[in-house]
Amino acid sequence: MIRVRERMYEEVMISVKDVSKSFASKDAVVNALDHINLEIHRGEIYGIIGMSGAGKSTLVRCLNFLERPTAGTVCIEQNDLSAMSEEELRKLRTKIAMIFQHFNLLMQRTVLDNVCFPLEIVGVPKKQAREKAAELLKIVDLEEKAKAYPAQLSGGQKQRVAIARALAMDPKILLCDEATSALDPTTTKSILALLKDINRRFGITMVIITHEMAVVQEICTHVAIIDQGSLAESGTVEEVFTRPKTKAGKKLIYQGENKDYSLMHGKKCIRIVFSENSSFEPVIGNMILECKAPANILLADTKDIGGIAHGQMILQLPEDEMIANHMIEYLRERKLGVEVLEDYV
Amino acid sequence: MFDAQTVAMLAKETWITIYMTLTSTAMAYLIGLPMGVTLVVTAKEGLKPHPVVYKVLDFVANIVRSVPFLILLIMLIPFTRLIVGKSYGATATIVPLTIAAAPFIARLVESSLLEVDKGVVEAAQSMGASNWNIIWKVLLAEARVSLIVNGTIALATILGYSAMSGAVGGGGLGDVAIRYGYHRYQMGIMMVTVVLLVLLVQVMQYIGTKISKKMDKRNR
Repeated sequence: MIRVRERMYEEVMISVKDVSKSFASKDAVVNALDHINLEIHRGEIYGIIGMSGAGKSTLVRCLNFLERPTAGTVCIEQNDLSAMSEEELRKLRTKIAMIFQHFNLLMQRTVLDNVCFPLEIVGVPKKQAREKAAELLKIVDLEEKAKAYPAQLSGGQKQRVAIARALAMDPKILLCDEATSALDPTTTKSILALLKDINRRFGITMVIITHEMAVVQEICTHVAIIDQGSLAESGTVEEVFTRPKTKAGKKLIYQGENKDYSLMHGKKCIRIVFSENSSFEPVIGNMILECKAPANILLADTKDIGGIAHGQMILQLPEDEMIANHMIEYLRERKLGVEVLEDYV
Repeated sequence: MFDAQTVAMLAKETWITIYMTLTSTAMAYLIGLPMGVTLVVTAKEGLKPHPVVYKVLDFVANIVRSVPFLILLIMLIPFTRLIVGKSYGATATIVPLTIAAAPFIARLVESSLLEVDKGVVEAAQSMGASNWNIIWKVLLAEARVSLIVNGTIALATILGYSAMSGAVGGGGLGDVAIRYGYHRYQMGIMMVTVVLLVLLVQVMQYIGTKISKKMDKRNR
C-alpha cells in the first residue's frame, strides 16, 4: 500500500521557495514567515504543525495567495503564482479548495445551496449544480440535511458541509486550516477519517494546518514543523516523529512528557526508539539478563503513526560506565534507535 | 367629532405622507445602498481598499448628516425648484428627503455589511469568487436581515422628516398638524395627526420585524 502511494508522490504539486511574509504594524515590522522552503507532492497529506502564532495560518494563505508573500515564490504545478493576473489567480483558486476552523458557511443558505455556491460563482447552471451538490452530500454522509440551514447543524456536520463545498469544483489541492480545532475528539476522528478517505478516493493533495500532534499522527504522510515563522524541520511523519532533530521538533513531539528531567541530571539516560519489527522481541528483558544489571524505565510510550505502532522508551542506566555502555551497545546491535540524553530539553 | 370634510382631508394627507415616505426611502436607497457598499468595499480592510474614494464618501456622509433637516430643506429650495419645478407640495418634498436620507442609509447599509463574518468572505475568496460575486452573494445576501431591520429604522426616520417638511409647505400629516394645530389652535386635529403618525410607525415596525424574522435562518 505504502509503496504504491509513494509513486504518486513523485510529481511536485506545491513548491514553496524562500517565502517570507512580514506585516508592517504601527511601530514595528513583524516577520510572520522567514524563508520557508517546502515541497509537497501529488497525493500527499502534508501536515504543517506549530504552536499558535508560529505562522502556520499565514503560510497556508500564501499557498493560494490570499496572502501575498513579501518575498520568495510559490508554485502550484510549476506555475508561479506571483506571475499570475488577478483573473488567473481566481481561476486557479477554484482548484485549490480550503476549509476552516470555524467552517465559514453561508448562514442564510441551506446546506445544499452552500455546496452549490462555488459552482454558482463560476456559472454552472442551477440544476446541474444541485445534482452535483446532492452527490457530494452523499459522500460526506449528510444527504438528509440538504434542506437544513447551517445553524441547525452540529460542528462536525458543519465541517462536513464545508468539505462537500470544497469538493464541488473537483479541486487538486485541499487546504485545511485548523479544520478540527473547534471539534471534540470523537468528531475530530470522524472528520479526519473522511479526509483520509477523500485523499484515497480522489487523490487530492492535502495540506493540514494544525497545532495538534494527534491530527498529524492520524492522517498525515509528511510533516513540517514551523517555529516562530521558520521551518524547523520536515520529512515523513515517521522520520520526524520518531527522531526529531531540532529543539522545536523535540519540544512539540515530546510535549506529552512533561516530566522533571532535572532528576535525570548527571545520570546516564537514553531514549530508545522501536520501529515496527522490533516491538516483538522482549529486548529490554534480554538486555537486563545479558548485562546482569537493572535499568530504570522512566517513560514508555507507543504512538500509532499511519497504522504502524512506534514505541519509545526512556531508560536510566546504571552509574557504572562499563555496564551502561554495554547496554547501549546491546541495544544498537538489535537495530534500535538509541539516543543518549544529555541535557535534555 | 370631525365633519366628513375633515376626515376626508386627514385620509388624503395620510396617503400623501405614505407616498412621500415610501418614494423618498426608495430613492434614497438608490443612492445610499451603492454608497454604503462602496464605503465597505473601499475601506482599509475592504475588498478593494481605496483611501481617496473612502475618505470622500465618508466626508460627504458626515457633512449631510450633520446639517439639521429643516435647514437642509430650506437650503435645497433652489435645487428642488430646478428638478421639480416648484418648491412646495408632496412631490417637491421628496427631493430634500432623498438627499437627507441617502447618507444616513449609506451608514446603515455600511454597518449591516460590516456585520458579515470576515471568515465567510475569505472562504468565498478562497473559492475564486470575484468581488462582484462577494458583494451580491455574500455581503448583501448574508446581511439581508440586518438590512431589513435597518430599512425599517430608515422608514420611521424619513416619516419623521416628512412631517417636518410641513413647516415649509411640504404637504402630508406634518403640514396638517402645523396648519391646524399651530396656526389655528385646533389641538384636536393636531392630536389626531400625531396618533396617525404613531400608527404608521407601528405598522411599519411590525411589518419590518415580521419580514426580518421570517428571513433569518440563523437561529433555528
